[in-house]
Amino acid sequence: MPAAAPLHIKSNHFTDHSIKMTSTTLPAFDATGFDALTAGVSEPDWLKQLRREAFEHANAMQWPERRSEEWIRTDIRTFQLSKFHAPVALETKPETDTIHQLVDGVDLGGRIETIDSQITQCELSDELAAKGVVFCSLSDAAKSHSELVREHLFSTFDPDHDRFAALHTAFEKGGQFLYVPKNVVVEQPLHIGSILTDGGSDTTHTLIVIEEGAQATVLHEYNSVDSKAAGLHLGGVELIQKANSHLRYVSLQEWGHKTYHFAQQKALVGRDATLQWTIAAMGSQLSKVNQSVDLIGKRAECQVNGVMFTEARQHLAYHTQQYHRAPDCRSDFLYKSAQQDQSRSVWRGMIKVDPGAQKTDGYQRNDNLVLSEAARADSIPGLEIEADDVRCTHGSTTAKVDEEQIFYARCRGFTRKEATRMIVIGFFQQIFDRISIESVRDALGDAIARQVREYD
Amino acid sequence: MTHVLKIENLHVSVGDKPILRGVNLTINHGETHALMGPNGSGKSTLGLAIMGHPGYEITEGSISLDGEDVLEMEVNERARAGIFMAFQRPMAIPGVKMADFLRHASTNVRRPDRKEGEDLIPMREFRKELKDKMSHLQMDVEFARRYVNDGFSGGEMKRAEILQLAMLQPKFAILDETDSGLDADAVRLASESIADIGHQKMGLLIITHHDKLLEHNPPEFTHVMLGGRLVETGGKELAEELHQHGYERIRNAYPDAEAANQEMLAEEALA
Ligand SMILES: Nc1ncnc2c1ncn2[C@@H]1O[C@H](COP(=O)(O)OP(=O)(O)OP(=O)(O)O)[C@@H](O)[C@H]1O
Ligand SMILES: [Mg+2]
Repeated sequence: MPAAAPLHIKSNHFTDHSIKMTSTTLPAFDATGFDALTAGVSEPDWLKQLRREAFEHANAMQWPERRSEEWIRTDIRTFQLSKFHAPVALETKPETDTIHQLVDGVDLGGRIETIDSQITQCELSDELAAKGVVFCSLSDAAKSHSELVREHLFSTFDPDHDRFAALHTAFEKGGQFLYVPKNVVVEQPLHIGSILTDGGSDTTHTLIVIEEGAQATVLHEYNSVDSKAAGLHLGGVELIQKANSHLRYVSLQEWGHKTYHFAQQKALVGRDATLQWTIAAMGSQLSKVNQSVDLIGKRAECQVNGVMFTEARQHLAYHTQQYHRAPDCRSDFLYKSAQQDQSRSVWRGMIKVDPGAQKTDGYQRNDNLVLSEAARADSIPGLEIEADDVRCTHGSTTAKVDEEQIFYARCRGFTRKEATRMIVIGFFQQIFDRISIESVRDALGDAIARQVREYD
Repeated sequence: MTHVLKIENLHVSVGDKPILRGVNLTINHGETHALMGPNGSGKSTLGLAIMGHPGYEITEGSISLDGEDVLEMEVNERARAGIFMAFQRPMAIPGVKMADFLRHASTNVRRPDRKEGEDLIPMREFRKELKDKMSHLQMDVEFARRYVNDGFSGGEMKRAEILQLAMLQPKFAILDETDSGLDADAVRLASESIADIGHQKMGLLIITHHDKLLEHNPPEFTHVMLGGRLVETGGKELAEELHQHGYERIRNAYPDAEAANQEMLAEEALA
């Protein structure tokens, strides 16, 4: 299997992003920008209304308080919304062939690509379309399947969660919609590629609805055209699973290292349904993501495999929640993070169990490997349990690379660099072992191998 | 020219605590040396100091391999120069498969000049060799897919060390209690394997508290360590004597070394 292509694509048309960013002709995240964004689209009234409310709420809201528990570890003072513009049509489409990492050797059933929130590709196999699968832009779906979208959109994403969520809702563009009808099994993975140009904005919302007894695999990746690219992502993901459905959802976030990433990524898992959610975060300058899985039907199960790897001055904050709202459900969250240079990651986990959710089996763990003196990992596991017959375990570890391991490897001829690299990759292997999709394992392995600094 | 590993007047401290107090030992390629001595006398320390463990400071003396100053070499350079140690307590490296670990290690040791990032031994060729060696050692090939020493039983760890010895084919091998933690059958198998791989083909320094390993690998020399010094050297019969009668005679004969040994043990108990 060939290695995933490295992310060093320079687009001639987009190198001078400073002009693009400061140009007065580009719409801001303000009333004019909002009018410009909504004027051009025809969409149902309910959606227009939703946007307008969200826009009003966003205007009325302040940025999150630094002192709030949610933001106490994440400093957003460097973030200035005025430096970014609302999504605009692309002047030229950059070359993106080698950007996607999860598709190597994979026989896809469909794919949607967006660049700066503009849909640039949208395909679904005839076979799947014939089975009633819908895989298209959210805006098309809002017209063609208005009631279906209306029923599920923002059913778990909260537009009022904070100002980022409200702005996302108001300025949403280029989102994707997947609908898998009852008992339809989608064997071939579907791919979503969200791309940012240098200085671009992405406000895409991903809505996935898997009906009763249906199955699908979705590979979703977020890449910038250049690993150093600036940008803004105000994102949202909603995974809605009906009874006895099975979904594997993979998201790989490799935004450029000057990109801000604010998102809520949420799932509702119904009775006897299973969700395997692999979430890898390696990009961005600053990320603040709320990930949550609500187990809402009996015996629902989810497994979350999280990988975070930070470098330079990156700051990645993931708040995860596994919310048991029905009895006999199982949740298993494992996050592994490594930090190098002066980077920092924050992981805050919560297992919530409602009073009626007896026989809950909840597991939550975060392991950190701190690779330099100046790097930092905050790991805050938590439990909020209101049922009495449950089994919930949680834990977190934070350690440096063990010098004894390095010595052992060096005694077998490894240089210190080789030993460290091997140990770091081995650290993440436990996550890879849980991932059942080969292309994903390979891509993540490659992404991590690329990111491991050469240590002396 | 036969290879020579030469240790002269070696003094080693951990922190400011002296552990080895002047060890002299010359091992020629092809020779087998037994290193015996009571617990805490410094046997493992000698091995770790030869390998270059950063926690063990050489305060005096020298180690040379064929006249080259070993103390000037990085740990990995020592390994690539042909010095090997099978550890009393091997380290686990979770997530790294034995096979991948050994492929990289074997490449580095066989091509001492290999730069980082250069090609490894071709996969097919390596797999075949590893499979052959493992079946020779009566090891299940499944073992190669397990993570290095991760969750291994005591016996499995020792056998994995022997497999590494077989793959790396060093000039000199220090085997630190490679026979401990093994059941009777496994001890015999390990002893035979070591004889097969290393006896008279390498310079062996065998640290052991038991007799089986030495029965299969009769030593030309037996050294007794006490209080961080080699207080006595003899032939095979010295090892036999110690196995039968213990260290009573040695302790009485070398009261200074015995005192040093007791002192180290006392400090260890405190720590
Ligand atoms: N890393 C260390 N830190 C502190 N003390 C150490 C360290 N390594 C060895 N020592 C001390 O040095 C002394 C010699 O230890 P060593 O492990 O070399 O003994 P040994 O002869 O191998 O014993 P055994 O037969 O029990 O394996 C002991 O008192 C031990 O506690
Ligand atoms: Mg020892």
